[in-house]
Amino acid sequence: MNASHPSSPTRPNDYTAYPDANGRFGDYGGRYVPETLMPLVHELDAAYRAAKADEGFQAELGGFLKHYVGRPSPLYFAERLTAHFGGAKVYLKREELNHTGAHKINNCMGQILLAMRMGKTRIIAETGAGQHGVATATVCARFGLPCIVYMGAVDVERQKPNVFRMNLLGAEVRPVTSGSATLKDAMNEALRDWVTNVEDTYYLIGSAAGPHPYPEMVRDFQAVIGVESRAQILEMEGRLPDAVVACVGGGSNAIGLFHPFLNDEGVKIIGVEASGHGMGTDKHAAAINGGRPGVLHGNKTYLIQDPEGQITEAHSISAGLDYPGIGPEHAWLHDVGRATYLTATDDEALEAFQLCSRLEGIIPALESSHALARLPEITKDLGKDGIVVLNLSGRGDKDVATVAAHLGREA
Amino acid sequence: MSKDRIDARFAALKAEGRAAFVAYVMAGDPDAATAAKILAGLPGAGADLIELGFPFSDPMAEGPPIQRAAQRALANGMTLKGTLALARGFRETDQATPLILMGYMNLLVTWGIEAFAHDAAEAGVDGLIVVDCPPEEAEPLADALDAAGVSLIRLATPTSDDARLKTIIRRTSGFVYYVSVAGVTGVKEAEADVVAPHVARVRKASGLPVAVGFGIKTPERAAAIARVADAAVVGSALVDAVAEAMEMNEDVTERVLSKVSSLAKAVRSARVGQTTV
Repeated sequence: MNASHPSSPTRPNDYTAYPDANGRFGDYGGRYVPETLMPLVHELDAAYRAAKADEGFQAELGGFLKHYVGRPSPLYFAERLTAHFGGAKVYLKREELNHTGAHKINNCMGQILLAMRMGKTRIIAETGAGQHGVATATVCARFGLPCIVYMGAVDVERQKPNVFRMNLLGAEVRPVTSGSATLKDAMNEALRDWVTNVEDTYYLIGSAAGPHPYPEMVRDFQAVIGVESRAQILEMEGRLPDAVVACVGGGSNAIGLFHPFLNDEGVKIIGVEASGHGMGTDKHAAAINGGRPGVLHGNKTYLIQDPEGQITEAHSISAGLDYPGIGPEHAWLHDVGRATYLTATDDEALEAFQLCSRLEGIIPALESSHALARLPEITKDLGKDGIVVLNLSGRGDKDVATVAAHLGREA
Repeated sequence: MSKDRIDARFAALKAEGRAAFVAYVMAGDPDAATAAKILAGLPGAGADLIELGFPFSDPMAEGPPIQRAAQRALANGMTLKGTLALARGFRETDQATPLILMGYMNLLVTWGIEAFAHDAAEAGVDGLIVVDCPPEEAEPLADALDAAGVSLIRLATPTSDDARLKTIIRRTSGFVYYVSVAGVTGVKEAEADVVAPHVARVRKASGLPVAVGFGIKTPERAAAIARVADAAVVGSALVDAVAEAMEMNEDVTERVLSKVSSLAKAVRSARVGQTTV
């Protein structure tokens, strides 16, 4: 389950000093986009750097996060899960309590404020399950900007309630039929839109992936998760946790939790990838555990691909993890050995989904259930004196029908 | 050195006082054998240079026609190795027509940049266009291609200001490809009078011939572009000819080459009666 570290680059003294000026995390990241987009990517980088340094921008964002998103989210001691596993104390970072029910809105709020600051008047986004699409449609509604969401035709069909939610919020959902008609193709189509509408359009990417500065920017907007968790655990336990755990698809919720802990050498960093039907099959979404480095969607990172380099279909029961790549910072943290990437299967996630619902009265997203699924081993390894913080990145209401179908029940 | 083939071709056309017609076809579209026949017939049909696409699963800068061409080729088993085999086969019958490969970075990363540059040169490839590899990421590729004697063809676009143009043309050779419209291949149409000042600007900055592509579908449009640029590139219209022929149960090679002929004829006669550009 634990991927080996193929290369051992020098471990840096400061893990938070990345990416470099070229958008590189070690060998990963970069800006692999068509030339037409390069001036726009540079413009975005400059605008983001100015906003990052601007106290006014940060104060405005902080205000919306508090009053609109509902931050800070609680850090909650999961007493009954802890007793059930019989090992380390389990704390859940309650991102599922945010407005729209997941961590996605943290990033969307940051980027929409940036887009308006840049004078952009049209917002585009890609979405898989529809969670990022809903969060983007939400902030576009709030600020009165037109919103177009690209979504694979296959996903449109299997996530109808989210399509309707986006429509209610005033967004146009464009089904994508090219390629395999899923998330990666939706991202291709959003990039094609951006390259065509270079004057007025802002591309609001939902994961810590894409060309630089997106991986850095999305991480920074999501880092509020880790910053709060760190302060909250210090207040509640008087010390740092022994491990932080999160599910990883593209990896935005995970990098948001991890980043403020990277330089705390005593804190284990654990990501959990979706291994679908199992790592021995071709139906998984584990880019690090089952892929190899390559270039897609603007960055170099681990990808699920065939021997020649054609991108292959990812599979996970959780649509939010169903992506053949992973954010470049995760690729780098894996290679330098700072983070460990485990896996959980569809079935393990389904078990954890039910367990958390039953024991804590919290229905977790199927995405977050992958992280929950590795708690038995993690809590046991750390022992009774240990503390683990797990990012409950989203709520599972959206997944009830999927889970019911897998359990042979009607939702 | 194979990059000499590009220089020689543009020098000869300059002496003739006309622009080049560049035909883009997708390797393995609809299958390897037909693609080989089309390639072999292109020079005779009037293609002065050839761009040979190598299919990728996620072609983010392509419009629907070339996306579909890539899917047809992949479905019939085309690979990057197969693309080089097509190039090698083409060189058995033609030593003079420049052959430029065009595609995406991931297949090259998988192959190994240095090994690929060497293998491409050995197969008779003269230049390479990598759509998702801007100058910022291209240094290792440029080094490898230099060592192998293959031109790295760069793209200039409507979003390239003068400062950006300097970055783009550094280390480029052969010619510069001007993407005439902000967009994907084969959707918007290029207006010759809009394109003309940009072509002049790129030509002046680079000292190289400028090919224009991404928005040319008809002989009329190709002729108009040929009056203001050093080359007119047509791709989507040619791969659409493959699809049309298949749909109508016609001979694919014949239909593609006949379209090439009419486009080439338009380019060749575009400047008749004109003095210089």
